[in-house]
Amino acid sequence: MDYLSKLENQSIYIMREAFNKFEKLGMLWSIGKDSSVLLWLARKAFLGHVPIPLVHVDTSYKIPSMIEYRDRLVKEWNLQLIVGGNEAVLKEGRTFPNGKATRVECCGTLKKDALKAVLDKHKFNGVIVGVRRDEEPTRAKERYFSPRDKNMEWNVEDQPPELWDQFKTDFEKDAHIRIHPLLHWTELNIWEYVERENIPLIPLYYANEKGERFRSIGCYPCTFPIKSKASNVREIIEELRCTKTPERAGRAQDKESEDAFEKLRRDGYM
Amino acid sequence: MQQTFSNPTEQLKIVIVGHVDHGKSTFVGRLFNDTGSLPEGKLEQLKLIAERRGVPFEWANLMDALQSERDQNITIDTTQIWFQTKKRQYVIIDAPGHKEFLKNMVTGAANAEAALLLIDANEGVQEQSRRHGYLLNLLGIKQIAVLVNKMDLPNYSQARFDEIEKEYRAFLQSVGVIPKLFIPISAYHGDNIATLSEKMLWYKGPTVLQTLDEEFRVSQPQENLPLRFPIQDVYRFDERRILAGRVEAGSIKVGDKLIFSPTNKTSTVKTIERWNAQQSDSAATGESIGVTLTEQIFVERGAMAALETSPPYELSRFKARLFWLGRNAFKKGKTYKLKLATQEVECEIDTVEKIIDSSTLETITRAGSEVFIGRNEVAELRIRTKRPVAFDAISEIVPTGRFVIVDGFDVSGGGVILDDNYPRRTSDSLHKSDNIFWSHGKVTAQQREGRNNHKGCVVWLTGLSGAGKSTIASELERELFNQGKHVYVLDGDNMRHGLNSDLGFSHKDRTENIRRVGEVAKLFADAGVVVVTAFISPYRSDRDLVRKITPEGRFVEVFVNAPVEVCEQRDPKGLYAKARAGEIKEFTGISAPYEAPEKAELEIHTDKLTVPEAVGRIVEYLKQQDEDLSYSI
Repeated sequence: MDYLSKLENQSIYIMREAFNKFEKLGMLWSIGKDSSVLLWLARKAFLGHVPIPLVHVDTSYKIPSMIEYRDRLVKEWNLQLIVGGNEAVLKEGRTFPNGKATRVECCGTLKKDALKAVLDKHKFNGVIVGVRRDEEPTRAKERYFSPRDKNMEWNVEDQPPELWDQFKTDFEKDAHIRIHPLLHWTELNIWEYVERENIPLIPLYYANEKGERFRSIGCYPCTFPIKSKASNVREIIEELRCTKTPERAGRAQDKESEDAFEKLRRDGYM
Repeated sequence: MQQTFSNPTEQLKIVIVGHVDHGKSTFVGRLFNDTGSLPEGKLEQLKLIAERRGVPFEWANLMDALQSERDQNITIDTTQIWFQTKKRQYVIIDAPGHKEFLKNMVTGAANAEAALLLIDANEGVQEQSRRHGYLLNLLGIKQIAVLVNKMDLPNYSQARFDEIEKEYRAFLQSVGVIPKLFIPISAYHGDNIATLSEKMLWYKGPTVLQTLDEEFRVSQPQENLPLRFPIQDVYRFDERRILAGRVEAGSIKVGDKLIFSPTNKTSTVKTIERWNAQQSDSAATGESIGVTLTEQIFVERGAMAALETSPPYELSRFKARLFWLGRNAFKKGKTYKLKLATQEVECEIDTVEKIIDSSTLETITRAGSEVFIGRNEVAELRIRTKRPVAFDAISEIVPTGRFVIVDGFDVSGGGVILDDNYPRRTSDSLHKSDNIFWSHGKVTAQQREGRNNHKGCVVWLTGLSGAGKSTIASELERELFNQGKHVYVLDGDNMRHGLNSDLGFSHKDRTENIRRVGEVAKLFADAGVVVVTAFISPYRSDRDLVRKITPEGRFVEVFVNAPVEVCEQRDPKGLYAKARAGEIKEFTGISAPYEAPEKAELEIHTDKLTVPEAVGRIVEYLKQQDEDLSYSI
């Protein structure tokens, strides 16, 4: 079995465990490449079906073509979509683009708090998230099944042991588990798989006529494109094989201070 | 050095272990730097941070991502990082060396296929050097290279290196491990990591990098082992009933005759299911697939499929070697949960043969009479489970030869099943589980029927919600009662209050609900009663299961048939309205399938018949069935 198939089979196994073990299970879909691969893997796991509702945390600062792409796939693939957001903060204008919050504070309210609100509202006790270990160092320490307490906090110093594909599926009331089926994939693996499976992605990943493309996509005020001539999947794979720039170099919120992002993740950020 | 590669064809996972402060994270940082694998600006960033904090630069900061780790200069949790050589892609798993964080070391190591174990040349072999060596073996990692680090401290002395090699090789040998080789290195200075050191010309072996590429192999699944296919879930998203799972050993193909533990039921593979993949009639080890069967039998998560010719053991007692990571001790007399593949069962300690300090290898003797295995201890013991478990010995099949123990909410220990004289189960289904036999009383069903002057049977009403099942059931009961017959309606809600109060409305629970109702109905029928049930029971396989367990001719399937439009119009409980509004998910007829009977004894069109007419049909049918009752009492 080639290594992409190994990664795929492992992810399917994890998704099926989650589907069996959690009564209220949701799957985060940021519309980016990773969570779109995740969605594809769900269709693999459930043989063409997606029996898990997708949760999109909409900050209102998403690039408009992402929302179009989202709504098209919901229709074509017959998906259940739940959209969450933080109306109060948007109404008060306490956001980074309005100049009334730092980038990290803005992520904290528009993404993390909005996520908590939507999880609470739908009483999800399991959430599938498409984070990968190679994205960013605190994610490198994640478990496949990672418990969060009732305040959504991540106790990173005391994580459960995980061995032989036996995951943490017993937990206290009010806690929830983040499930990370893509943890063992790299950015390059994701693209190799996109190529193999011919997975449709938003065009923002491919270089435009100005010679720019997005490598990682978030809200437009905090996400910057990279210089690139890679206008299709194959060219992106070639580019990634040579690059030495980290994937999230274009994500400004990661760099506000040495441990800003770590704090955000401990508090429940994805 | 800028490196570009064509398609890597394989990936190898390597764990870095050893005693605290013996330089694991430093080694990984250096390895990444010397192979040109660091992201742009990373080194500069780390140097800047060190400068700002007024501390010396540490390679380890590359891996120690947590602020608390950098503050204390220790690794708390395991981390993973990738790099590539010409040969393959590597996943490097850095594991903490503190005794306190052993569970994190185990988490890291359990995922690896090979290990690099570091020993500080100055400090020599320490407590965790030995414990990690012991645990690697227990975790099933056979490829191990030992790196004697910080060789700069004893001035690159060959004598010191030889001394450490001799001592540690002897230790590994005593626990059954044969290391690939010992390499003298200095992670801090980069000696013998990517390039051979000029300071240790006495060393004639390969660098660490060469060792990775040339000494280590990617483990290949052993296709020639007997099939083990643990059932992870049963899906019924459409008309098919699909058993989902991963082939843990061997291979499976269409036409294979499977035997399922623990029920001992058999069926044949009809199809192998995948989505957006090449159609194939077989699946190999490691593949997560779906399977449909030619003959529907009751199978649920936790069942294990094997070929009839080579089933696993199925027992409620086995011998194991176990390591304990839990904060609270593993105590005799207390009940825990055991998870093995997809099986979950209550278990407890049967007997403890010995408890070992995994560092000193000394046997631990306890004062007092309490039997327990403490944190970070290893034990050889026998475990007893509440129900039989399907398993193999670790020496035979690895994935079904190991298990974890859950204490409360936490995975707290792991174990491997040791060889013993386990009785091999025969595939003959007459020898089926656990010597439970049906006991026969002195009054036969025939005698009961003779006295009652009617047969005991199950009248199974099935149909859409609103088709009229409950109305017919209660009218039928009154009618038969008035005729002097022994009759009883098994009501769905009543069943859920008592016997089935532990069940919800998931797919699995619905199936189990019907199975239990079927079993109870069967007993009623055996007692001579006409038992009437009114359940939507939308799945053919569920109804067929009840038919199968009821004696021939005693199962009367009545298809209460009305078009969905008619039912929706009647909507006596307002359920259709709720389902249309999306408030009820998976509502039969609207958002979940109804599989109409193909061979019902009776079909009653309630949109064309009145209730008394419908009841009359059933009474008539039962009367005909009773006509051949010609016994004399």
